[in-house]
Amino acid sequence: MPNSASAYGSDYVRWRRRLTDHAATAAAALTTILVLAPLLAIFGYLIYRGAGTLSWAFLTRTPAPVGEVGGGMANAIVGSGTILAIACALGVPLGVGSGIYLAEYGRNRLGNLIRFTADVLNGVPSIVVGIAVYALIVLRQKHFSAFSGGVALGIMLIPTVTRATEEMLLMVPHSIREAALGLGVPEWRTTLSITLRTALPGVITAVMLGFGRIAGETAPLLFTAFGNQFWNLRPDQPTAALPLQIFAYAISPYDEWHRQAWAGALVLILLIVGTVAAVRLIAARGTVKGAA
Amino acid sequence: MSPHLVVPGNPARPGPRREETAAPSRPRGAPTKPRGLSAGQLADRLFRYAMLACGLSVIAIVVLIVFELFQGSRLAINEFGLKFFIGTDWDPVSGEFGALPFLYGTVVSSLLALVLAVPLALGVAVFVTEICPRPLRAAVSFASELLAAIPSVIYGLWAIFVLVPLLRQDVEPWLQSHLGWSGLFEGPPYGIGMLAAGVILAIMIVPIISSITREVMVAVPRQQREAALALGATRWEMIRMSVLRNARAGIVGAIILGLGRALGETMAVTMVIGNRPEIAKSLLAPGYTLASVIANEFSEATGDLYLSALFEIGLALFLVTIVVNALARLLVWSVTRGTPARAHAQ
Repeated sequence: MPNSASAYGSDYVRWRRRLTDHAATAAAALTTILVLAPLLAIFGYLIYRGAGTLSWAFLTRTPAPVGEVGGGMANAIVGSGTILAIACALGVPLGVGSGIYLAEYGRNRLGNLIRFTADVLNGVPSIVVGIAVYALIVLRQKHFSAFSGGVALGIMLIPTVTRATEEMLLMVPHSIREAALGLGVPEWRTTLSITLRTALPGVITAVMLGFGRIAGETAPLLFTAFGNQFWNLRPDQPTAALPLQIFAYAISPYDEWHRQAWAGALVLILLIVGTVAAVRLIAARGTVKGAA
Repeated sequence: MSPHLVVPGNPARPGPRREETAAPSRPRGAPTKPRGLSAGQLADRLFRYAMLACGLSVIAIVVLIVFELFQGSRLAINEFGLKFFIGTDWDPVSGEFGALPFLYGTVVSSLLALVLAVPLALGVAVFVTEICPRPLRAAVSFASELLAAIPSVIYGLWAIFVLVPLLRQDVEPWLQSHLGWSGLFEGPPYGIGMLAAGVILAIMIVPIISSITREVMVAVPRQQREAALALGATRWEMIRMSVLRNARAGIVGAIILGLGRALGETMAVTMVIGNRPEIAKSLLAPGYTLASVIANEFSEATGDLYLSALFEIGLALFLVTIVVNALARLLVWSVTRGTPARAHAQ
């Protein structure tokens, strides 16, 4: 610390320190603005380019053939819904279940192993999950399907839900558990109706955050759901998904398809931002109280 | 799946359970229960096993992924061995598969992203935790949460139509005329190329690095700050000496986590990197990454060896990200360990 009254005199030192302080503050504020600028740019462009094409027809029609104006992404929106429903049906119960195991019974070596594996799974690149599910399901069934896409996304959902559920359950005070057990409620009933119930807002928040993340995933769907230009409601057939359609249109050479890609991106981002906003609302309303 | 299969089954027979719990004692060798368990205990045990099964499924999934990747790449591993990763020729038509250009592209684009992202992410983290006035704090952290929620494909779309033209018309010519001597900016400025990939990756990993850095900085005990301020430190000196220094290991962990994300990022990079399997010194030249070669060529890979080579690339990507992530978790954990309660309370 430059604290001594040296030959420079303390005035110089004081000025220099104050200047550094101001410079650092300004630099930090500036970087924040710099980082938030792309956010504004991306949202601005999505609305600017997407809103013009977004119409009732876009939401209710299937893609038009190349060269024709119009058409929409109705099949991709419904397809994304199907795939995400399958993903949630797989990922949420498994994630919540293993979260319960970790929180209630997992203070041991096996628990640590599961915790570590969940972190590993969380870090696996989404494209790798895609090819693994391709080998696991698509190769065996010999065709692409909404089901395999749902499995790939479900696998990506599990670690998020697991770790968040554990965290939320651990925040529930022990006294609540003890009260229930003291009243003679069986352990499983205590865990489900008391502990999990108390932590539910937090768990729902985590599930929705995870949902927001997988809703926009493209890479795992490339070789599983594959995409489809037509209606398909059967889970064992190739199915269109919003992110896949955006990708295909974005790298195409046609202006009309570019417009469609922007509109699709706007729909996707509204879906995701809606989820994040809902999460905020739930989190603000009823986070786990009494944990502090 | 299993908890929901097992649990609803239990209330269906509450009769015996109540009987058992009402009975004051569990007489030794109760004749109806062969294992000496009451129905309540049995339910507890079943529940516990069901939850354990869920937990084990996480391990099973990772094992399955590894198994399938090895299985898929066996052909290529047998054929090429380690030569696969030092070969520079990728020519599927003539059966030549060398993955070095992809390794190079992945490493260079990720490092470029880190160089751009780290100062920005640290600045944001410092601003939000230490400087930002309270009312603004929630808004800024919400905004960076949103930035993290934007899907990769939308970043890619934006990069193609906004970022790339900007780079081509303004940034790259400027770089060529001012930093051309470095040799890093040679060749025609396409816009599309390694630089574009690095920039879009940087935008994508800033929120990740800054949110974890924030978490680590919040975990630094308040007394450390107070001590520095009491000694007469300015705010910046306090941040530098007590916050950044104490959070050092965790910040490195956050950076490595960002690196892990950048290495595996697929869609946005595929859309702007140019997808040419070449090793070029110039950052303006097109490149290719491990993830994007899989994305582009997997579904049209003809022949078993081609597909197997792509599987091996996937396996390599998997192993690299595992190592990187494990290292990062260890570092973050070394800082936040023992302080989770405080981290959440603030």
